Amino acid sequence: MIFFWAFVVGGLICVIGQIMFDVFKLSPGHTLSILVVSGAILDGVGLYEPLIDFAGAGATVPITSFGNSLVHGAMQEAEKHGIIGVITGMFEVTSSGISAAIIFGMIGALIFKPKG
Amino acid sequence: MADKKKKNLPPSAQQYQSFQSKREVKRPVFKNCLKAFFVGGFICFIGQLISTFYIYFFNFTEQTVGNPTTATLIFLTMLLTGFGIYDRIGQFAGAGTAVPVTGFGNAVISAAIEHRTEGFVLGVGGNMFKLAGSVILFGVFSAFIVALIKTIFIQWGGM
Repeated sequence: MIFFWAFVVGGLICVIGQIMFDVFKLSPGHTLSILVVSGAILDGVGLYEPLIDFAGAGATVPITSFGNSLVHGAMQEAEKHGIIGVITGMFEVTSSGISAAIIFGMIGALIFKPKG
Repeated sequence: MADKKKKNLPPSAQQYQSFQSKREVKRPVFKNCLKAFFVGGFICFIGQLISTFYIYFFNFTEQTVGNPTTATLIFLTMLLTGFGIYDRIGQFAGAGTAVPVTGFGNAVISAAIEHRTEGFVLGVGGNMFKLAGSVILFGVFSAFIVALIKTIFIQWGGM
Protein backbone atom coordinates (compact mmCIF):
# COMPACT_ATOMS: atom_id res chain seq x y z
CA MET A 1 0.00 0.00 0.00
CA ILE A 2 2.88 2.38 0.73
CA PHE A 3 3.92 1.99 -2.91
CA PHE A 4 0.57 3.37 -4.03
CA TRP A 5 0.73 6.34 -1.66
CA ALA A 6 4.34 7.03 -2.61
CA PHE A 7 3.21 7.23 -6.23
CA VAL A 8 0.22 9.48 -5.51
CA VAL A 9 1.88 11.87 -3.04
CA GLY A 10 5.08 12.15 -5.09
CA GLY A 11 3.00 12.76 -8.20
CA LEU A 12 0.94 15.45 -6.49
CA ILE A 13 4.04 17.34 -5.32
CA CYS A 14 5.29 17.28 -8.92
CA VAL A 15 1.90 18.62 -10.06
CA ILE A 16 2.31 21.56 -7.65
CA GLY A 17 5.69 22.22 -9.28
CA GLN A 18 4.17 21.96 -12.75
CA ILE A 19 1.42 24.45 -11.82
CA MET A 20 4.09 26.89 -10.64
CA PHE A 21 5.83 26.43 -14.03
CA ASP A 22 2.76 26.85 -16.20
CA VAL A 23 0.26 29.00 -14.32
CA PHE A 24 2.57 31.34 -12.40
CA LYS A 25 5.29 31.19 -15.12
CA LEU A 26 8.15 30.74 -12.65
CA SER A 27 11.56 29.48 -13.72
CA PRO A 28 12.65 26.02 -12.50
CA GLY A 29 15.14 27.69 -10.15
CA HIS A 30 12.42 29.75 -8.47
CA THR A 31 10.05 26.78 -8.28
CA LEU A 32 12.60 24.49 -6.65
CA SER A 33 13.68 27.21 -4.21
CA ILE A 34 10.07 27.80 -3.15
CA LEU A 35 9.51 24.06 -2.71
CA VAL A 36 12.63 23.68 -0.56
CA VAL A 37 11.62 26.63 1.63
CA SER A 38 8.10 25.26 2.03
CA GLY A 39 9.56 21.85 2.98
CA ALA A 40 11.61 23.54 5.70
CA ILE A 41 8.60 25.46 7.00
CA LEU A 42 6.37 22.36 6.93
CA ASP A 43 8.90 20.52 9.06
CA GLY A 44 9.14 23.51 11.37
CA VAL A 45 5.44 23.27 12.16
CA GLY A 46 5.69 19.48 12.39
CA LEU A 47 3.67 18.45 9.35
CA TYR A 48 6.34 16.84 7.19
CA GLU A 49 7.19 13.92 9.46
CA PRO A 50 3.63 12.50 9.39
CA LEU A 51 3.68 12.82 5.59
CA ILE A 52 6.86 10.70 5.43
CA ASP A 53 5.26 8.08 7.68
CA PHE A 54 2.25 8.07 5.40
CA ALA A 55 3.85 8.18 1.93
CA GLY A 56 7.44 6.95 2.42
CA ALA A 57 9.51 7.78 -0.65
CA GLY A 58 6.64 9.87 -2.00
CA ALA A 59 7.65 12.44 0.59
CA THR A 60 11.42 11.81 0.82
CA VAL A 61 12.24 11.80 -2.91
CA PRO A 62 10.84 15.24 -3.92
CA ILE A 63 13.11 18.21 -3.25
CA THR A 64 10.86 19.40 -0.41
CA SER A 65 12.44 16.72 1.77
CA PHE A 66 15.77 18.51 1.37
CA GLY A 67 14.44 21.46 3.37
CA ASN A 68 12.83 19.04 5.80
CA SER A 69 16.02 17.12 6.54
CA LEU A 70 18.06 20.33 6.88
CA VAL A 71 15.73 21.47 9.65
CA HIS A 72 15.83 17.98 11.13
CA GLY A 73 19.62 17.89 11.35
CA ALA A 74 19.70 21.39 12.84
CA MET A 75 17.07 20.51 15.45
CA GLN A 76 18.83 17.28 16.44
CA GLU A 77 22.05 19.12 17.23
CA ALA A 78 20.18 22.03 18.79
CA GLU A 79 18.68 19.67 21.34
CA LYS A 80 22.18 18.60 22.40
CA HIS A 81 24.18 21.81 22.16
CA GLY A 82 21.67 24.63 22.15
CA ILE A 83 21.67 27.52 19.67
CA ILE A 84 25.12 26.75 18.25
CA GLY A 85 23.86 23.31 17.21
CA VAL A 86 21.60 24.96 14.63
CA ILE A 87 24.68 25.76 12.57
CA THR A 88 26.83 22.73 13.32
CA GLY A 89 24.06 20.21 12.70
CA MET A 90 22.60 21.70 9.54
CA PHE A 91 23.93 19.10 7.09
CA GLU A 92 23.91 16.16 9.49
CA VAL A 93 20.93 14.34 7.97
CA THR A 94 21.01 15.59 4.40
CA SER A 95 24.71 15.08 3.73
CA SER A 96 24.12 12.15 1.36
CA GLY A 97 22.18 14.16 -1.22
CA ILE A 98 24.83 16.83 -1.59
CA SER A 99 27.84 14.56 -1.32
CA ALA A 100 26.30 12.12 -3.81
CA ALA A 101 25.60 14.98 -6.22
CA ILE A 102 29.19 16.23 -5.95
CA ILE A 103 30.81 12.79 -6.19
CA PHE A 104 28.69 11.52 -9.06
CA GLY A 105 28.93 14.90 -10.78
CA MET A 106 32.70 14.60 -10.76
CA ILE A 107 32.63 10.98 -11.92
CA GLY A 108 30.15 11.93 -14.65
CA ALA A 109 32.41 14.75 -15.81
CA LEU A 110 35.33 12.28 -15.95
CA ILE A 111 33.47 9.58 -17.89
CA PHE A 112 31.02 11.34 -20.19
CA LYS A 113 31.63 13.82 -22.97
CA PRO A 114 29.30 16.80 -23.44
CA LYS A 115 26.77 16.35 -26.22
CA GLY A 116 25.51 18.78 -28.83
CA MET B 1 5.48 44.88 -12.72
CA ALA B 2 4.27 44.30 -16.27
CA ASP B 3 2.55 47.69 -16.36
CA LYS B 4 5.66 49.49 -15.19
CA LYS B 5 7.63 47.87 -17.97
CA LYS B 6 5.01 48.83 -20.54
CA LYS B 7 5.05 52.54 -19.65
CA ASN B 8 8.67 52.94 -20.56
CA LEU B 9 8.27 51.43 -24.02
CA PRO B 10 7.46 53.32 -27.21
CA PRO B 11 3.85 52.98 -28.51
CA SER B 12 4.78 50.59 -31.28
CA ALA B 13 6.38 48.24 -28.79
CA GLN B 14 3.28 48.42 -26.59
CA GLN B 15 1.11 47.50 -29.54
CA TYR B 16 3.41 44.64 -30.35
CA GLN B 17 3.28 43.36 -26.79
CA SER B 18 -0.51 43.29 -26.63
CA PHE B 19 -0.57 41.67 -30.08
CA GLN B 20 1.97 39.10 -28.98
CA SER B 21 0.19 38.26 -25.74
CA LYS B 22 -3.03 37.66 -27.70
CA ARG B 23 -1.34 35.32 -30.16
CA GLU B 24 0.71 33.49 -27.54
CA VAL B 25 0.10 29.76 -27.59
CA LYS B 26 -1.73 28.73 -24.41
CA ARG B 27 0.20 26.15 -22.44
CA PRO B 28 -1.68 22.86 -22.09
CA VAL B 29 -1.69 23.08 -18.29
CA PHE B 30 -3.87 20.07 -17.57
CA LYS B 31 -1.98 17.77 -19.92
CA ASN B 32 1.36 18.91 -18.49
CA CYS B 33 0.12 18.31 -14.95
CA LEU B 34 -1.00 14.82 -15.89
CA LYS B 35 2.42 14.04 -17.39
CA ALA B 36 4.18 15.51 -14.34
CA PHE B 37 1.96 13.47 -12.04
CA PHE B 38 2.70 10.13 -13.70
CA VAL B 39 6.42 10.63 -14.27
CA GLY B 40 6.99 12.17 -10.83
CA GLY B 41 4.89 9.49 -9.20
CA PHE B 42 6.84 6.83 -11.06
CA ILE B 43 10.17 8.25 -9.83
CA CYS B 44 8.88 8.21 -6.24
CA PHE B 45 7.64 4.66 -6.81
CA ILE B 46 11.16 3.62 -7.84
CA GLY B 47 12.46 5.45 -4.77
CA GLN B 48 10.09 3.40 -2.62
CA LEU B 49 11.34 0.19 -4.27
CA ILE B 50 14.94 1.16 -3.47
CA SER B 51 13.98 2.08 0.11
CA THR B 52 12.27 -1.27 0.62
CA PHE B 53 15.35 -3.02 -0.77
CA TYR B 54 17.62 -1.19 1.69
CA ILE B 55 15.31 -1.84 4.64
CA TYR B 56 15.21 -5.58 3.99
CA PHE B 57 18.80 -6.27 2.97
CA PHE B 58 20.94 -3.63 4.72
CA ASN B 59 19.13 -3.13 8.05
CA PHE B 60 18.19 0.49 7.56
CA THR B 61 15.16 1.79 9.40
CA GLU B 62 12.25 3.79 8.00
CA GLN B 63 13.84 6.98 9.32
CA THR B 64 17.38 6.49 8.01
CA VAL B 65 16.55 4.95 4.65
CA GLY B 66 16.10 8.35 2.97
CA ASN B 67 19.86 8.88 2.70
CA PRO B 68 20.92 5.77 0.74
CA THR B 69 17.82 6.09 -1.43
CA THR B 70 18.76 9.64 -2.38
CA ALA B 71 22.32 8.60 -3.17
CA THR B 72 21.15 5.68 -5.32
CA LEU B 73 18.69 7.85 -7.23
CA ILE B 74 21.40 10.42 -7.92
CA PHE B 75 23.69 7.63 -9.15
CA LEU B 76 20.98 6.48 -11.57
CA THR B 77 20.53 10.12 -12.63
CA MET B 78 24.23 10.31 -13.45
CA LEU B 79 23.90 7.37 -15.86
CA LEU B 80 20.73 8.75 -17.46
CA THR B 81 22.19 12.25 -17.76
CA GLY B 82 25.46 10.99 -19.18
CA PHE B 83 23.73 9.02 -21.92
CA GLY B 84 21.44 11.96 -22.70
CA ILE B 85 18.24 10.16 -21.73
CA TYR B 86 17.30 12.42 -18.81
CA ASP B 87 16.91 15.50 -21.01
CA ARG B 88 14.47 13.69 -23.24
CA ILE B 89 12.36 12.52 -20.29
CA GLY B 90 12.58 16.04 -18.87
CA GLN B 91 11.19 17.61 -22.05
CA PHE B 92 8.25 15.26 -21.85
CA ALA B 93 7.56 15.47 -18.12
CA GLY B 94 8.46 19.04 -17.10
CA ALA B 95 8.22 19.31 -13.32
CA GLY B 96 7.80 15.53 -13.04
CA THR B 97 11.56 15.15 -13.42
CA ALA B 98 12.61 18.51 -11.94
CA VAL B 99 10.92 18.29 -8.53
CA PRO B 100 12.21 14.88 -7.33
CA VAL B 101 15.77 14.80 -6.02
CA THR B 102 16.83 13.38 -9.40
CA GLY B 103 16.21 16.86 -10.84
CA PHE B 104 18.64 18.31 -8.31
CA GLY B 105 21.17 15.63 -9.28
CA ASN B 106 20.61 16.29 -12.96
CA ALA B 107 21.18 20.03 -12.51
CA VAL B 108 24.54 19.39 -10.80
CA ILE B 109 25.72 16.57 -13.06
CA SER B 110 24.71 18.11 -16.39
CA ALA B 111 26.46 21.36 -15.42
CA ALA B 112 29.57 19.36 -14.49
CA ILE B 113 29.60 17.44 -17.77
CA GLU B 114 28.80 20.48 -19.88
CA HIS B 115 31.61 22.64 -18.53
CA ARG B 116 34.42 20.09 -18.52
CA THR B 117 35.73 21.56 -21.77
CA GLU B 118 36.69 24.66 -19.78
CA GLY B 119 38.94 22.57 -17.54
CA PHE B 120 38.34 20.80 -14.29
CA VAL B 121 39.09 23.59 -11.84
CA LEU B 122 37.43 26.59 -13.45
CA GLY B 123 34.92 24.68 -15.59
CA VAL B 124 33.63 21.76 -13.57
CA GLY B 125 34.46 23.14 -10.14
CA GLY B 126 33.19 26.62 -10.81
CA ASN B 127 29.97 25.73 -12.61
CA MET B 128 28.83 22.58 -10.83
CA PHE B 129 26.39 24.40 -8.55
CA LYS B 130 25.40 27.08 -11.02
CA LEU B 131 21.80 25.86 -11.22
CA ALA B 132 21.50 23.90 -7.99
CA GLY B 133 23.14 26.59 -5.87
CA SER B 134 19.90 28.48 -5.34
CA VAL B 135 18.25 25.34 -3.94
CA ILE B 136 21.07 24.87 -1.44
CA LEU B 137 21.19 28.56 -0.51
CA PHE B 138 17.49 28.98 0.16
CA GLY B 139 17.18 25.53 1.69
CA VAL B 140 19.97 26.16 4.16
CA PHE B 141 18.96 29.72 4.96
CA SER B 142 15.27 28.94 5.50
CA ALA B 143 16.17 25.85 7.53
CA PHE B 144 18.44 28.04 9.65
CA ILE B 145 15.64 30.53 10.33
CA VAL B 146 13.08 27.81 11.08
CA ALA B 147 15.41 25.86 13.36
CA LEU B 148 16.50 29.05 15.12
CA ILE B 149 12.92 30.10 15.87
CA LYS B 150 12.03 26.61 17.01
CA THR B 151 15.07 26.33 19.27
CA ILE B 152 14.37 29.70 20.87
CA PHE B 153 10.78 28.66 21.50
CA ILE B 154 11.82 25.35 23.07
CA GLN B 155 14.62 26.78 25.20
CA TRP B 156 13.03 29.96 26.50
CA GLY B 157 9.38 29.32 25.88
CA GLY B 158 9.31 26.04 27.75
CA MET B 159 7.33 24.32 25.05
